[in-house]
Amino acid sequence: MKEHKGVWVFAEQRGGKLSDVGLELLGIGRKIADKQQEGLAAVLMGHKVKPLVDELGEYGADRVYLADNPLLEVYRSDAYGRLMQEMIQQYKPNILIMGATSIGADLAPRVAAKVNTGLSAHCVGFDVDDKGQFVGQVPGFGGAVMASVICPNHYPQMATARPGFFEKLERQKGRKTEAVNVDVKFKEEDLSIKVVGTFREEVKTRPLESADVVVAGGYGVGGKENWKLVEELAEVLGGGVGATRPPCDEGWADLEGQMIGQSGKTVRPSLYIGVGISGAMHHLVGIKDTKVVVAINKDPNAPIFQAADYGIVGDLCQIIPRLVEAMRVSF
Amino acid sequence: MKPINSVVCMKPVPDQRFWDKVSLDKKTKTLRRAGIPIALGPLDKNALEEALRIREARGGKVTAISMGPPGTEEILEWAIVLGADEAVLLSDPAFAGADTLATAYALAWGIKKLGGADIVFLGNESLDGSTGQVGPQVAEFLNMPHVTHVSRIELVDDDTLRARFHIEYGFIDVEVKKPVVLAVEKGINEPRCPTLWGTVWLRERKISRWSADEIGVDKTKIGLSGSPTQVSDVTTIELKRKGEILKGEPSDVARQLVQKLRAENVLPKG
Repeated sequence: MKEHKGVWVFAEQRGGKLSDVGLELLGIGRKIADKQQEGLAAVLMGHKVKPLVDELGEYGADRVYLADNPLLEVYRSDAYGRLMQEMIQQYKPNILIMGATSIGADLAPRVAAKVNTGLSAHCVGFDVDDKGQFVGQVPGFGGAVMASVICPNHYPQMATARPGFFEKLERQKGRKTEAVNVDVKFKEEDLSIKVVGTFREEVKTRPLESADVVVAGGYGVGGKENWKLVEELAEVLGGGVGATRPPCDEGWADLEGQMIGQSGKTVRPSLYIGVGISGAMHHLVGIKDTKVVVAINKDPNAPIFQAADYGIVGDLCQIIPRLVEAMRVSF
Repeated sequence: MKPINSVVCMKPVPDQRFWDKVSLDKKTKTLRRAGIPIALGPLDKNALEEALRIREARGGKVTAISMGPPGTEEILEWAIVLGADEAVLLSDPAFAGADTLATAYALAWGIKKLGGADIVFLGNESLDGSTGQVGPQVAEFLNMPHVTHVSRIELVDDDTLRARFHIEYGFIDVEVKKPVVLAVEKGINEPRCPTLWGTVWLRERKISRWSADEIGVDKTKIGLSGSPTQVSDVTTIELKRKGEILKGEPSDVARQLVQKLRAENVLPKG
């Protein structure tokens, strides 16, 4: 009998609200747990977060390890890391996955080093191979290559996963879960990191990751004035506006909310229209799962035309207004 | 005010301009990188800059450290030209094939041999692997606290500093006692450029090279054999699509596109 059992998902929360990525990971975690014939558990840390236990159950967790303590109110690597290490040593999970958010990507490697195990970073896919081994799909070199990473002799097998890559299960209202209370044995004076302030910006717009249509602009858009055309096209399609890195650096677009690609967001809309984008691998990998890709660029040799279903070679100032018109007529 | 000794971890990465030349050896499942020049990760420059600024404000020393095959000293030369006091390359065939855990372990032992540090700086993630894992893991092996995604640092007193941990749509400000590991992000500073003085400086400074034996590591914890993760398969990603170019006057292509998109059923219903 194997000593390490169960699939664990770190249920990241901020200010008492569960992050989407934790729920997405419960979706894929459920599949892995079923394949392994093991249970699926969520690990919830925070202060006054008990009400979230039911929600985790309704999204697929069979069990929730709940650590509710004022010391855990705001994330800090030493408190969360230490507690996670203690939990792993006590309950011995087989697999532990966390979202590759700033917090998850900060916590996971520390925990992996504490318990001397491997960690696959920023996975975009998970599977269980013929030998029953957990496999993480890790993109490298800006997404040009994909490596399958395994961790055969160390436990738990750990991975972080990119937000937006997996789908949540449908919420089953009233689905029951077992809550296991975890004690916090350390005190404030045992910790070396002290939180002195937090700032949180409320996000009101619908996140790009879940938009059905995405219109993205690149450096070829040429300036803030032309950027408005990109936004207008998105608006007529009821879609989100994305960008490559240069427009973010130029200040036409917002780096955190709009950048698409290997180091930004991953989108999977039905329709993506890239305007003035040459088509670097880092960007293209972020739109890989789009149903239909359209490219508008005045350079006929831009690599994006190879990676697009439909291409228009031309000046965006000429094309976009006509396109907006044609779409308006169409609806 | 006590001087502050910093160690900056730097990583040699394949030059991004040549990434499309990286090819896959289908038989061995390894990447062919021969002939691809080595570059310094962009965030390493921010990490070094922050260490240099702290030395300028408080005195102390800046040491650059890296792990890599012989020949990757050139990225450490960059650190010296910009003003690092010394540099050391951990280089030994036994380090080859290390994953993040084995890399962090070796770096931590290198830092121990340097006599430790008040602050260990790293770039938040490397250009090639971009896992962002080495910082927290170095911290664990050195038994120091860590903060990643650092976008601002403030020295509070001799023992304490304040760091801003930048998270999605916000930040967390923390106070932490030295010694500490900080992984910085791009916005923290504007890295300086090399000067003529720097190149003169380079001639006077030596870059040491240390083997696994010299830093006294447990050999079962380094290199390929010390890496818990293994790559079982590598594939290249196929991004090719139809590639149909629509031709004609702007209003004409616009109409064609709308028809195609309607046929594909990807236009929002009006």
